[in-house]
Amino acid sequence: MLTVISKRLTQLVPTLFFVSVLIFGLQHLLPGDPALVMAGEERDPVVIEQIRRQYRLDQPIPVQYLHWVRGVLSGDLGESMRLKEPVLDLVRQKLPVTLQLAVMSMIVALVLGVTLGILSAVYRGRTLDHLVNVVGLAGISTPNFWLGIMMILFFAVELGWLPASGYVSPFEDWRQSLATTIMPAFVLGNSIAGVIMRHTRSAMIQALDSDYVRTARAKGLSEGSVVLKHAMRNALTPVITLGALEFGTLLSGAVLTEQIFSIPGFGKLIVDAVFNRDYAVVQGVVLVTATTYIALNLLADIGYILVNPRLRA
Amino acid sequence: MRSILAAGAIAIAALGLAPTHASAQSTLRIGLAEDPDVLDPTLARTYVGRIVFASICDKLFDIDAKLNIVPQLALSHETSADGREVTIKLRPNVRFHDGEPMDAKAVKFSLDRHLGMQGSFRRSELSVVDAIEVVDPTTVRLKLKAPFAPLLATLTDRAGMMVSPKAAEAAGDRFGAAPVCAGPYRFVERVQQDRIVVERFADYWDKDKVSIDRIVYRPIADSTVRLANLKAGQLDLIERPLATDVPEIKKDRNLTLQSVTELGYQGMTLNVANGDAAKNPLGQSAKVRRALELAIDRDAINQVTFNGLFTPANQWVAPDNAWYDKRNPVPGRDVAAAKKLLAEAGVKASLAIDFMVPNNPETRQVAEVIQAMAAEAGFDMKIRVVEFATGLSEAEQGRYQAFMLAWSGRPDPDGNIYSFAKTNGPLNYGKFSSPDLDQALEESRTATTREGRKAAYDKVADVWLKDGSVIYLYHRAMLIAHTNKLKGFTLLPDGMVRVVGLKMN
Repeated sequence: MLTVISKRLTQLVPTLFFVSVLIFGLQHLLPGDPALVMAGEERDPVVIEQIRRQYRLDQPIPVQYLHWVRGVLSGDLGESMRLKEPVLDLVRQKLPVTLQLAVMSMIVALVLGVTLGILSAVYRGRTLDHLVNVVGLAGISTPNFWLGIMMILFFAVELGWLPASGYVSPFEDWRQSLATTIMPAFVLGNSIAGVIMRHTRSAMIQALDSDYVRTARAKGLSEGSVVLKHAMRNALTPVITLGALEFGTLLSGAVLTEQIFSIPGFGKLIVDAVFNRDYAVVQGVVLVTATTYIALNLLADIGYILVNPRLRA
Repeated sequence: MRSILAAGAIAIAALGLAPTHASAQSTLRIGLAEDPDVLDPTLARTYVGRIVFASICDKLFDIDAKLNIVPQLALSHETSADGREVTIKLRPNVRFHDGEPMDAKAVKFSLDRHLGMQGSFRRSELSVVDAIEVVDPTTVRLKLKAPFAPLLATLTDRAGMMVSPKAAEAAGDRFGAAPVCAGPYRFVERVQQDRIVVERFADYWDKDKVSIDRIVYRPIADSTVRLANLKAGQLDLIERPLATDVPEIKKDRNLTLQSVTELGYQGMTLNVANGDAAKNPLGQSAKVRRALELAIDRDAINQVTFNGLFTPANQWVAPDNAWYDKRNPVPGRDVAAAKKLLAEAGVKASLAIDFMVPNNPETRQVAEVIQAMAAEAGFDMKIRVVEFATGLSEAEQGRYQAFMLAWSGRPDPDGNIYSFAKTNGPLNYGKFSSPDLDQALEESRTATTREGRKAAYDKVADVWLKDGSVIYLYHRAMLIAHTNKLKGFTLLPDGMVRVVGLKMN
């Protein structure tokens, strides 16, 4: 067990190295000069030169890369050119926001997706199944930005129940926090719920058709017990894998949704940074996201090993 | 359906999620179109940042609705006969937010900081200042390298914002994280991309006119969502709603819309001498450039794209501006004359132009209208949409023939023309150069009377509007929408939200 984990951890090092080179390289392939973008309308050639020197933009890319890596290894992700703030502070500010939104979206997605998936499998071929399928497909195919704006117009402008956008931390006021995140969490969760629903449905259908379920029924178990205790347990394994992957994606920031609801998370931060060629911010955020993603995968792998002894070899 | 809605309402009420409105403190919530950059007057560069500065950092001078320069932290000024010395009398007993005195020493410190700090975007604006002298605690004297007519106008913007020397020295280049100035509101907190909060400064020099307790600035990039927040009562004022949303705002009885012609312009910059791309009839012949101008119907652009809300432009200032050259009104469209000019310039076949356009829906639409109009005169405008940062680099390196470029505008005409038309000016993307024009531009800066300056600008117009490398298209309308609960707001041409005198009912 320990050897497997340590093997995984050693693989982590080259993966992160590869990711870091990729981020840095791709970033510098983008056309556009950060110093010019930063100066904007104030084009003083002397100052533009100063900015280039200050942020080492005048040095060869490998030198810039080494400087950045040295900083990262000592816990310094650099400074935002646009905001003059350490990238680490920005990440600390945004990560909890993105995390909260991701967790809430995942809850919405799992509750909706799994429930509807099971219902649809149990009532296979009947009206409810068709209805759930239509709803699921609608969920997958509705663009987030459209659903988001419609929800704002309905729940905030028409009915006045919820704040139209913005964000309040749960530590400040949990009610307001819930109020500001419930719509974006629903929008994000909704699209994932559709996918989870379809996976749950097919896994459940397979499980319900299997021999052990027939045996369980033959033993005279109640239908509820058959579905929830026997079939669902087995059917959920692929759903959990899918959920973990989707959760990783959510952590990298939901750009459009954050933009619409003005949620100050990773997505907004990185979009602004890319357009402003704020290299340090893009690199920092992508590195943190990639590391989290890899760590989640590692945890999932360890989880499988724990559950399935056959993988321990 | 109704029962579901009722159940939802009850659930939301029970949880206490419904938006809270009333509180004992009065708060003004302002929706910004972008997230401001660093809040340090020396290092800041965005338009939206200036809107926030309007509440926290007072300036030596300000502008009024007619663009006259009026004192703010200054009381009066006097320029020496040779124009090389400007003596500024300061308002007495003014304090910064940290209680430090805003006196002549602080003014000298702030101006020296603008001039000498690494990465200062104010350096070029004040480069004519040779030395700053403290005459007495309420008097400073600016010694200039040469007479400079736009100086006071420069001091109505960030270059005129004074910072607390104590706070600035302590914070260094991190001053923008918690700016300490002498405005009506003091900085409280900023959460990047979420909010900037300021609260009333009790010792403000004009405190009787400040009645709102707090101001919260919230960047909301999407204009539909910004407007939705205003309609839902989550915001009290929004800047820059879309021109296409104007009818909807006007229809809403709870909202007021204010509109004023901007100080800047949207234009088309033509490459006349910047690299190989300039070596074509458009770059080489003023006749071809005028033919392109004659092919364009500015009125039609305004009607089709902006519901007629904007102002057609043909100069660097708007037609209602005192510096506008009335001898050269906005020309109408004349395709026959355009064709004739092209023939005179020896252009026979359709002339292909690499037309670089920044990626935003409005600009793209304007470009397409221009493309259609120019085609009728014999131009083949090949639109190349680029993202903003890329566009800047391409323009700098001369990889374009025509480039749609907007300028946010300055109160003094110098800010709209000098750097764009002067040989090797930092904003002269087309690399236009004319000794006569350069001389007229210098005269416009050194002239000591208004008449002298006007005469110099007429000379500038004679060259620039005939041969120049910018075709001006339109002046946008600065739009601000606010709830009727907000009283006392007047929109000036710079689009700023001035907070002194505002009241929330």
